[in-house]
Amino acid sequence: MTDDTRSEITLRVNDETYRLAVDNRRTLLDALRDDLNFTGAKKGCDHGQCGACTVLVNGQRVVSCLTLAVAADGAAVTTIEGLAGDGELRPIQEAFIRLDGFQCGFCTPGQICSAVGMLAEHAAGWPSAVTRNGSPHRAGELTEEEIRERMSGNLCRCSAYPSIVRAILEASAREAVAG
Amino acid sequence: MNPDEIVAAVGESRPRIEGRLKVSGSAHYVADLPMPNLAHGWMVTAAVSRGRIRDIDATDALAQPGVLGVLDHRNTRRLNPDIAHHFGPDRSLPLLQDEVIEYAGRPIALVVAETPEQARAAAAALRVTYDAKPHDIEFSMNHPATRPASTLFGPEADTGDLEAELAGSAMVVDELYHTPEESHSAMEPHVATAWWEDGHLYAFDSNQGPFGISQVMASLFLIDPERVHIRAEHVGGGFGAKTICGAQIILAALAAEHLQRPVRVALTRRQVFLATGSRPPTEQRVRIGADADGRLRAIHHHAAFAQSPLAEYIEWCTEQARTLYAAPAIRTELSAVPLNLLPPCSMRGPGASPGSFAFESAIDEVAERLQIDPLQLRLLNQPVVSPVSGRPFSTRRLVQCLQEGARRFGWAQRDPRPRVRREGNLLVGTGVAAVAFIAGVFPSSAAITAETDGTFSVRVGATDIGTGARTALIAVAADALAVGTERVRMHIGDSDLGLAAGAGGSRGTTSCAFAITETAKALREKLGDSARPVTASVDTTPLINWQPAEERYTYSAVFAEVTVDPATGEVRVRRLLGMFAVGRVINPLLARSQLIGGMIGGLSMALHEESVRDPLTGRLVTADFAGYHISAHADVPTIEADFVADYEPQDPSGFNGLGEIGNAGTAAAIANAVWHATGTRHRTLPISLSRVIERAAAQDRPEAVSVA
Ligand code: FES
Ligand code: FES
Repeated sequence: MTDDTRSEITLRVNDETYRLAVDNRRTLLDALRDDLNFTGAKKGCDHGQCGACTVLVNGQRVVSCLTLAVAADGAAVTTIEGLAGDGELRPIQEAFIRLDGFQCGFCTPGQICSAVGMLAEHAAGWPSAVTRNGSPHRAGELTEEEIRERMSGNLCRCSAYPSIVRAILEASAREAVAG
Repeated sequence: MNPDEIVAAVGESRPRIEGRLKVSGSAHYVADLPMPNLAHGWMVTAAVSRGRIRDIDATDALAQPGVLGVLDHRNTRRLNPDIAHHFGPDRSLPLLQDEVIEYAGRPIALVVAETPEQARAAAAALRVTYDAKPHDIEFSMNHPATRPASTLFGPEADTGDLEAELAGSAMVVDELYHTPEESHSAMEPHVATAWWEDGHLYAFDSNQGPFGISQVMASLFLIDPERVHIRAEHVGGGFGAKTICGAQIILAALAAEHLQRPVRVALTRRQVFLATGSRPPTEQRVRIGADADGRLRAIHHHAAFAQSPLAEYIEWCTEQARTLYAAPAIRTELSAVPLNLLPPCSMRGPGASPGSFAFESAIDEVAERLQIDPLQLRLLNQPVVSPVSGRPFSTRRLVQCLQEGARRFGWAQRDPRPRVRREGNLLVGTGVAAVAFIAGVFPSSAAITAETDGTFSVRVGATDIGTGARTALIAVAADALAVGTERVRMHIGDSDLGLAAGAGGSRGTTSCAFAITETAKALREKLGDSARPVTASVDTTPLINWQPAEERYTYSAVFAEVTVDPATGEVRVRRLLGMFAVGRVINPLLARSQLIGGMIGGLSMALHEESVRDPLTGRLVTADFAGYHISAHADVPTIEADFVADYEPQDPSGFNGLGEIGNAGTAAAIANAVWHATGTRHRTLPISLSRVIERAAAQDRPEAVSVA
């Protein structure tokens, strides 16, 4: 059912296709959480300022609170629920547990999705603000400083930052293989 | 199983038991829990700081699609006006009861609709008019309304002849320190879903202690506490902001009763800033007199904090002055200044964090002026017994924290002169601070059932807001029962589990651990070869000694290294080391995380955080994470936190809490390092760019600003 205020869209979320009618004002975050029950992505600010709602859209990290659901029509979305395959945790998830990369866990889905997207950006050669002699195609080595810079859109008030960085660094090699 | 084969779980580093849920998005926080027939409430807050609501015209709002109702003071049921909270009477809790406004951000209405979008749009169509009155948000310890703070925490200190000792001192430091209003900023905004069934109130609520909240809700709604059932299974951080009964649950319960269906009230981030308690601003005067050899003779710490006229509150800034150092004369004073501000609420390291910033900065100033090494000065003035009460300390390993920290940090190589270390354009400095945080337990209860399959079900009303309480308490229970952790089933986060301390005051886990240990003892006495489940339960209320012969504290020494760019004013923390004496550590992995998190909170307090209000309107202008910066990844260096061996004799298992101690000493250590780097003493937090930038350096290096 569509009218002036609603639209019908298709979302491919974690390899399943969903057709849904959404309020045009609905954000991708609310659509994922409230319409499709993927509540892993969190709403920390609804303003693009905290990163708790980070998901992957067509492989790239986005803050889903600033993405309208209608604008994601036809996109492939991966949420934290879709990162682990068949009950097997990904290396990065396993490293977060082992190295205690979280406390309350509220920012964690966003941190992990963001880290997966960030590692892909790095692998693709995207430099960051701290990359020395960076060019559009040279990202250099993935250091702690690089990770901190690239992950600064994901706030963690419990301030698990040092363990998050360690977990990402440790898992980065194995994540690259996991793809 | 042979008890000798069981490895003690306490003392082992073990990952969080709910870790898998949290990294896979399957830990359900309050806003994740589905509820059939759910309606959504949108909170509306006052736009003036003082005055009366003239009118709330809901005509347009009610005409919008999906709107189910608008609650305000004219149609909301009466709540108990005589309600008290942690610090005394609290008139901020009965919401939507009258037209009076005492602070901007006060919830004045709730719009309820079928969807959050509809509720939000209708709330925007609500026409609220006010009769505004002049407000007063100008905080100062010399404000005419300043009065002595509540002495609920005991009388302030007054030993020796302060003025005579100050007069006899070779040197007196007498300085003023300021800390701003700050916001807890837990990543999960406050949210509740409430519903009523047969006169019982049920709620999922994001809070730090469902039992305590259930008692307040029962009193507010004037119903039997047995009829209030509140769950908080996973909570996305609190830092004190969720210790009080929040607007979200009060409004959700009101609306659910009014509409006879479940209602969720989820605060926006902005509303969290505007309407949930903050750390109040403080102004503190510290006077310290010392002999030329560094012996302290007089300590006077007078702290004032802002509070609301609606509710009593205590920001106990003066704790350090009465316990850290020996001196023949010690006086502390605590003043409250009622203003048209949001009622404050304990924030991580309440009192201790702003208090330690002022006091340990002043101690550093004593060292500076006497040209004594600040570490030596601290070691020189260690008391043998409490300098105020004369009582011994149950354990006091502060000297070990200072010495071991100094060794690891390389303090001996430090040149004591300020502004001598340079690296390129950067000034480099190091600083230290000591801190104590009062420890103890609150009454709690637990029940343990020995199941017939060999497992043990432990029920305790603890909350895990990220502290690791769930994991820690499993280890405590396993050891107390002399079984492996895999045989313990832990149930927490529910007011129906009975009396339990909330996760606050650094006492949640220790209080519940005490209850579990005592319950396990009782159960082991009851256990035979029963074919049926056997249950024991203990309430620790009568077991707590409120007048112990010894004073009980945790301690820490924090060391910081900073770089300062005088051309931009940018301060960066390069190294942070904390040594902690916190009793016997239950789980070093999790404890370290909590302490490091607290230290980063202190870093954030030192350099970034400040709530700013518009003096004309009294409204908060920093009500989002762009305006109110909390430390992000790029602000945080490698941080080391470690423990000195310690055991708390007042606890049956040797435990003390560690939720706040990591936070409390860090700002002072960083401020002292900034002085060492620059030669300028910063007595006002945060030590932000505009306060640090040096005109000459900026003119010299105009390119620095564009590069930075
Ligand atoms: S919820 Fe999207 S960035 Fe904060
Ligand atoms: S783990 Fe609590 S906010 Fe990051």
